[in-house]
Amino acid sequence: MIHSLFLINHLGDIFLEKHWKSVISRSVCDYFFEAREKAVDPENVPPVLQTPHHYLISIYRGKLFFLSVIQTEVPPLFVIEFLHRVADTFQDYFGGCSESVISDNVVIVYELLEEMLDNGFPLATESNVLKEMIRPPNILRSVVNTLTGGSNVGETLPQGQLSNIPWRRAGVKYTNNEAYFDVTEEIDAIVDKSGTTVSAEIQGVIEACVKLSGMPDLTMSFMNPRLLDDVSFHPCVRFRRWESERILSFIPPDGNFTLMTYHISSQNLVAIPVYVKQSISFFEAGSCGRLDITIGPKQTMGKTVEDLKVTVHMPKAVLNANLTASQGNYTYDFTTKLLVWDIGKLNPQKLPNLRGSLSMQTGVPNPEENPSLNIDLKIQQLAISGLKVSRLDMYGETYKPFKGVKYVTKAGKFQVRT
Amino acid sequence: MTAMQKLLQLPVNAVNMVKTVQSQVQGQEEDKSPVLTPDSGQQAWYSALQPDELRHLRSGGTGGGGGGGGDQEERAPLEEGGGGGGFQTQPLRHDDLKEMLDSNKDSLKLEAMKRIVAMIARGKNASDLFPAVVKNVACKNIEVKKLVYVYLVRYAEEQQDLALLSISTFQRGLKDPNQLIRASALRVLSSIRVTIIVPIMMLAIKEAASDMSPYVRKTAAHAIPKLYSLDPEQKDQLIEVIEKLLADKTTLVAGSVVMAFEEVCPERIDLIHKNYRKLCNLLIDVEEWGQVVIINMLTRYARTQFLNPNINESLLEEGGSGDKTFYGSDEDEDEDEEEKEKKAEAAAMAKRKPYVMDPDHRLLLRNTKPLLQSRNAAVVMAVAQLYFHLAPKAEVGVIAKALVRLLRSHSEVQYVVLQNVATMSIKRRGMFEPYLKSFYIRSTDPTQIKVLKLEVLTNLANETNISTILREFQTYIKSMDKDFVAATIQAIGRCATNISEVRDTCLNGLVQLLSNRDELVVAESVVVIKKLLQMQPEKHSDIIKHMAKLTDNIQVPMARASILWLIGEYCEHVPKIAPDVLRKMAKSFTNEEDIVKLQIINLAAKLYLTNSKQTKLLTQYVLNLAKYDQNYDIRDRARFIRQLIVPTEKSGALSKYAKKLFLALKPAPILESPFKDRDHFQLGSLSHLLNAKAGGYQELPDWPEAAPDPSVRNVEVPEWTKCSSREKRKEKKVEKPFYTDSEGESGPTESADSESDSASGSESSSGSEESGSGSESEESKEASESEEEEEEEEEEQKKKKKKDLKKPVQESESEQSSEEEERKHQRKSKPRKSESESESDEDEESESESSQSESEDSESEAEVKKKKKVQTRTAEPKPPPKPLKKESKKEKKEMSLLDLDDFEPAPSPQVTPVNTFLSNSLVTDLEGLSLSDSVLSPATIAPSSTLKSYELLHRITGEGLSVEYCFSRQPFSPDANMVAVQMQFTNNASSDTKNLHIEDVKLQSGMRVKEFPEIELLPAGETATAVMGIDFCDSTQAANFQLCTHTRKFFVSIQPPVGELMRPVFLTENEFKKEQGQLMGMNEITEKLTLDVKCRNEHAIVQRVTTAANLSRVPCGSDKECRFAGRTVTSGSLVLVTVATKEEGAAQLTVNCEKMVIGTMLVKDILQALTQ
Repeated sequence: MIHSLFLINHLGDIFLEKHWKSVISRSVCDYFFEAREKAVDPENVPPVLQTPHHYLISIYRGKLFFLSVIQTEVPPLFVIEFLHRVADTFQDYFGGCSESVISDNVVIVYELLEEMLDNGFPLATESNVLKEMIRPPNILRSVVNTLTGGSNVGETLPQGQLSNIPWRRAGVKYTNNEAYFDVTEEIDAIVDKSGTTVSAEIQGVIEACVKLSGMPDLTMSFMNPRLLDDVSFHPCVRFRRWESERILSFIPPDGNFTLMTYHISSQNLVAIPVYVKQSISFFEAGSCGRLDITIGPKQTMGKTVEDLKVTVHMPKAVLNANLTASQGNYTYDFTTKLLVWDIGKLNPQKLPNLRGSLSMQTGVPNPEENPSLNIDLKIQQLAISGLKVSRLDMYGETYKPFKGVKYVTKAGKFQVRT
Repeated sequence: MTAMQKLLQLPVNAVNMVKTVQSQVQGQEEDKSPVLTPDSGQQAWYSALQPDELRHLRSGGTGGGGGGGGDQEERAPLEEGGGGGGFQTQPLRHDDLKEMLDSNKDSLKLEAMKRIVAMIARGKNASDLFPAVVKNVACKNIEVKKLVYVYLVRYAEEQQDLALLSISTFQRGLKDPNQLIRASALRVLSSIRVTIIVPIMMLAIKEAASDMSPYVRKTAAHAIPKLYSLDPEQKDQLIEVIEKLLADKTTLVAGSVVMAFEEVCPERIDLIHKNYRKLCNLLIDVEEWGQVVIINMLTRYARTQFLNPNINESLLEEGGSGDKTFYGSDEDEDEDEEEKEKKAEAAAMAKRKPYVMDPDHRLLLRNTKPLLQSRNAAVVMAVAQLYFHLAPKAEVGVIAKALVRLLRSHSEVQYVVLQNVATMSIKRRGMFEPYLKSFYIRSTDPTQIKVLKLEVLTNLANETNISTILREFQTYIKSMDKDFVAATIQAIGRCATNISEVRDTCLNGLVQLLSNRDELVVAESVVVIKKLLQMQPEKHSDIIKHMAKLTDNIQVPMARASILWLIGEYCEHVPKIAPDVLRKMAKSFTNEEDIVKLQIINLAAKLYLTNSKQTKLLTQYVLNLAKYDQNYDIRDRARFIRQLIVPTEKSGALSKYAKKLFLALKPAPILESPFKDRDHFQLGSLSHLLNAKAGGYQELPDWPEAAPDPSVRNVEVPEWTKCSSREKRKEKKVEKPFYTDSEGESGPTESADSESDSASGSESSSGSEESGSGSESEESKEASESEEEEEEEEEEQKKKKKKDLKKPVQESESEQSSEEEERKHQRKSKPRKSESESESDEDEESESESSQSESEDSESEAEVKKKKKVQTRTAEPKPPPKPLKKESKKEKKEMSLLDLDDFEPAPSPQVTPVNTFLSNSLVTDLEGLSLSDSVLSPATIAPSSTLKSYELLHRITGEGLSVEYCFSRQPFSPDANMVAVQMQFTNNASSDTKNLHIEDVKLQSGMRVKEFPEIELLPAGETATAVMGIDFCDSTQAANFQLCTHTRKFFVSIQPPVGELMRPVFLTENEFKKEQGQLMGMNEITEKLTLDVKCRNEHAIVQRVTTAANLSRVPCGSDKECRFAGRTVTSGSLVLVTVATKEEGAAQLTVNCEKMVIGTMLVKDILQALTQ
């Protein structure tokens, strides 16, 4: 299984190493650096590399590479999934997953890694269990600790590991019992030049923040569960119940967690909230180009589209952009060739428009393809698929919890080809 | 700062810290809120918290917390000086650290340990602190202890002697009354790699393996591979421990022990037998990582123990019914056997013993399936590979959905999943076809993902979807990512070789690319074109000519070489140009790259052989140049060729054959996927990904010829005897419904259902109770387990009942008994079905999926019958020729009124959810009614006269043969994009007609025809029917072809009315409105009309419209409006028709259709139908 882990920053410095079996020299990373150099983008580094004696499996998260060294056959996804789980845990503990955050908390990071893997095999990956053993850093506590010589390590023994529901710790108590659920849907779509949808699907996720005392047993039912094409659940969800009744029944973890994700595939009709009219052209003579983009609402179900943003990755030849936006403002970064137009709220009466000229590098042939537009947007209080939570019931405890559900629709990988 | 302050981490900035906390509290409100704040509840939520709780919450997000709260500030200036940054530049040297470790204060020790650990983390050597650190192993402070452990594990191997000092502490820990302390002591003890303590470790592991606490046993399982890697000689003893732990019944241990098994003794598959069923049943409750390991191991196990479920492919449909043998007994079984054989249909097959799946095999498949819903990608992948390697073909499809879901995950996950999908899509293309669009490429995808997606798209390409895929490829070619463009061009080449229909289109497209500005693109196209041309060179001499011209411009050596090779190979097709090319090449010979030079020599030789008159001198010149080339390969080649082709007295025997050698027919290259045959590696494994065997990879064995004894998996614990008694009880139950008549059956069925329902209910609740109490009592576990088993059995029983239900209906159906009776059956079985539906979802799914194709036809019929009773029949326009036929005719006509998408040959086992809602319930409704198991092939569909039939060939012109055709409106099963045309041949002549078939099809571009199978003999006076499919490409252009008999050929043509170019789809009212809203403006055509007198009621309108066009009715609230919906057959564009009636026969017809031409024509047709 996993032999060693190296954390590498974007400059190629190894700033943390941890070995679960015998020590492997960090020179093994040279193979990785070689591949890193070959790939122009960090995203293009092959996640799995073969070296004469080892295999290197890496992930790229938040400008860091998590590189694990493997010696024998192991499902690559096993390692990849685990590395992402490590990154998620850091995120959860420190609120970020950057080099500086990790270096600041290096001891806790090390303690975490020690608990998460035993001899390269995952041991405790549930955040509730980990938090019982190693407390997340916290300013007040660190002050107290330094004064009293206290520690980050939990005083009580981590009982969570022993229970059959390792995701929930025992003896949770709250004065206000609340359970909140966020239904977030992201639209992934490809729209072609003429405005027809090439493919569109919805990726939904229900995130929960449950702060309930004791051992509550929750059930959540939907108005239209058949809408969901494909689902995946937090381990707490009882699968049989879903299979037979389409009801989510679970004993929730304490705190924030992702209850389920679902997928509504391209075979369905997916409402596309905005349409884009665009014309981008590059002229051979005079080495310049024109750009004209207008965005309008299409199927918004009567809600306002917010946080509208258009990102265009311009061809290399485009030197600068001289544009005027009827709404919002735009920036063009000529090193990364990224044109970002931040629109904000979409006003259906006065459609936002961005037009103007692009100055091109002379002597370079015109780009053949127009860059595609990536759209970001947000619609509050709407799940674009029409999914609705109908009720949430609690069993096993006597108090009355406060319950709330919120819907948001966002653009995921929403791309307009031009 | 004083030294003391520095040490205590209580610098001046303690004050600042408090400040920052305060400011954060303020800034928090509008800042990041916890995930879920209902818009109104936000304030309340926050006010509920105590102020310092807030601080607790918040500080997780601020950097610089944790143990080294002050480190940040302290380090900042130091880093500048030190350059290297971090802890190693601390002014504290090792001596200081030692001093701190020796002190009495825990806080100092802790601080020292933290610094040491930080050094280790950075990869700095801290080994000389070992003596000082190891002393603290017995420290009271838990955190110090933990950090000491960390240090020990890292350095014990290097300082074995000193490490021994710590052993006694751990040994003491092993005896601690607290299970967690025992576990952690064992963990550290087994992690310090010191060979001397192997016996101690062995002892500790053995002891821990029989510990009361499952957590300690889990730790023991973890320790096994550690000890094994330290001393492989302990293997035998360790296997004993593994065997013992494998028998453990707790979920906590299962994953870890299987992992140990895989590392220590994967070859001892016999250890699994007794635990197989238990592992299958525990699987769902094991933690995620353990699941992955267990599933992978069980895949291998199943490959050695069970038979290949796909061995007898014709019997695939009943893969799901294998369980029955579990209760294997008497007539029940035999009856099923018969039924199966009926299904198998083929007479030849009847004798062969049908494949029956081992119930244990089924158990594995059933228990892993829910894990496809896991949030963990590795688990999903593990189940997917298990299904791919073990499941009957018909059931593999379920994994596609889950794999497609993973494509939304991190790019690394995508990368691995796509690799596996690429392999799977070669073997099981149909599985991913419905998800084609999910593999479309975005410009923001990383290149490696793009290339893999391209690979999958190419694998999925077939005759039906190739046009969409090629259109997609066209966009990709323009991409800025040139590597990706090159890959696309190759993909086009592969599509062209695999699908002959599009070869010319692709070739033309590629030729256009030859004028691309980018040289790489051109070069890649040349290489691909070369491969394509090799398949049919004679047709494409113009392309070769075109390419010859390119030699002036293209500089990429590979492309130049390819062109030269092509010209040489096909010099006979371009007799004039070839010598000229050689002349030019001879001129530039010295400046060419090596591969180009070799091809020039080749070209010269070939030309010399075919056209020596013109090229003799040139060839000699080239060979002379080559003779003095720097590259020995080229010199050798030149020498060799000169000997071979230039006739001299002493030239060898070979030169006679020179022409044969050079101009031999070369086989066209086969463009293959690099993922072909990769599936001999277990999918999802590292070896598969690398396409090379990784260390420790366990081969996936081939299926055994005959199944090993399944009884090895029987467990002889008392549990089993209990079970068997239960089995007896069960058998009684099973028999009951079987013997009772189908009429009086509902009672027992219901009771059984409710019983099983409660069983499943109690199962889940018991699960929760157990987990709630956290008790580890073995008994409760066992109980729930057995309960589970019981449930399973019950499930199976239910399944059987379903079968039973089916049977009576089926019989009555086959007898063609009176409709009365049929209806009775249906009425009865329907509610029963819907009851059972809710519990047996799983079965249903698999059943409905596996029997999809067969159920289609039968369902439709059944559905039709149901409708019949509701609908008052209108008078048939024509009296039907035969009463029996009438039956089927009506069905067909009415079928178009059924708003069911289901009747489409669904391209996938997957239907859109809106439809699933309906179809699912429908499928279940109808399942009991499925009439005959024989699949209705299109050829057996009886002709119908209510469908308008058209004359294809008149009796007189046909010299006795008359042919009529009609549009049967049935889905054309071989190809969903085709319109089924049913032809009725009548031989009115006095002699037999033989070999009726189609020839010389002339079509507009894009149209395709699937001919009917040749009718070998049509005796005089007889009639025969056949079905052909035509893809009209959504146009009303006629399809022209010749109808040939053994003596004559007749030119005929089929022109479709526009109404036949569509198929009905089901929409709800809301969807209809939504869709209509999108098809406004140009896409909407409105026409006012006056309805025919006979056609003023709703029913008549519906009938006329559906006769005119193959549409389905959309439910509508108002009775003033009739709505219809359909999709065009080829492109799937929506066609929406609304007829709004007003007073006195006035009405308004609205047609919304993306294809304006179709819309206009449809308006005309419907107008005519409604006004006359």
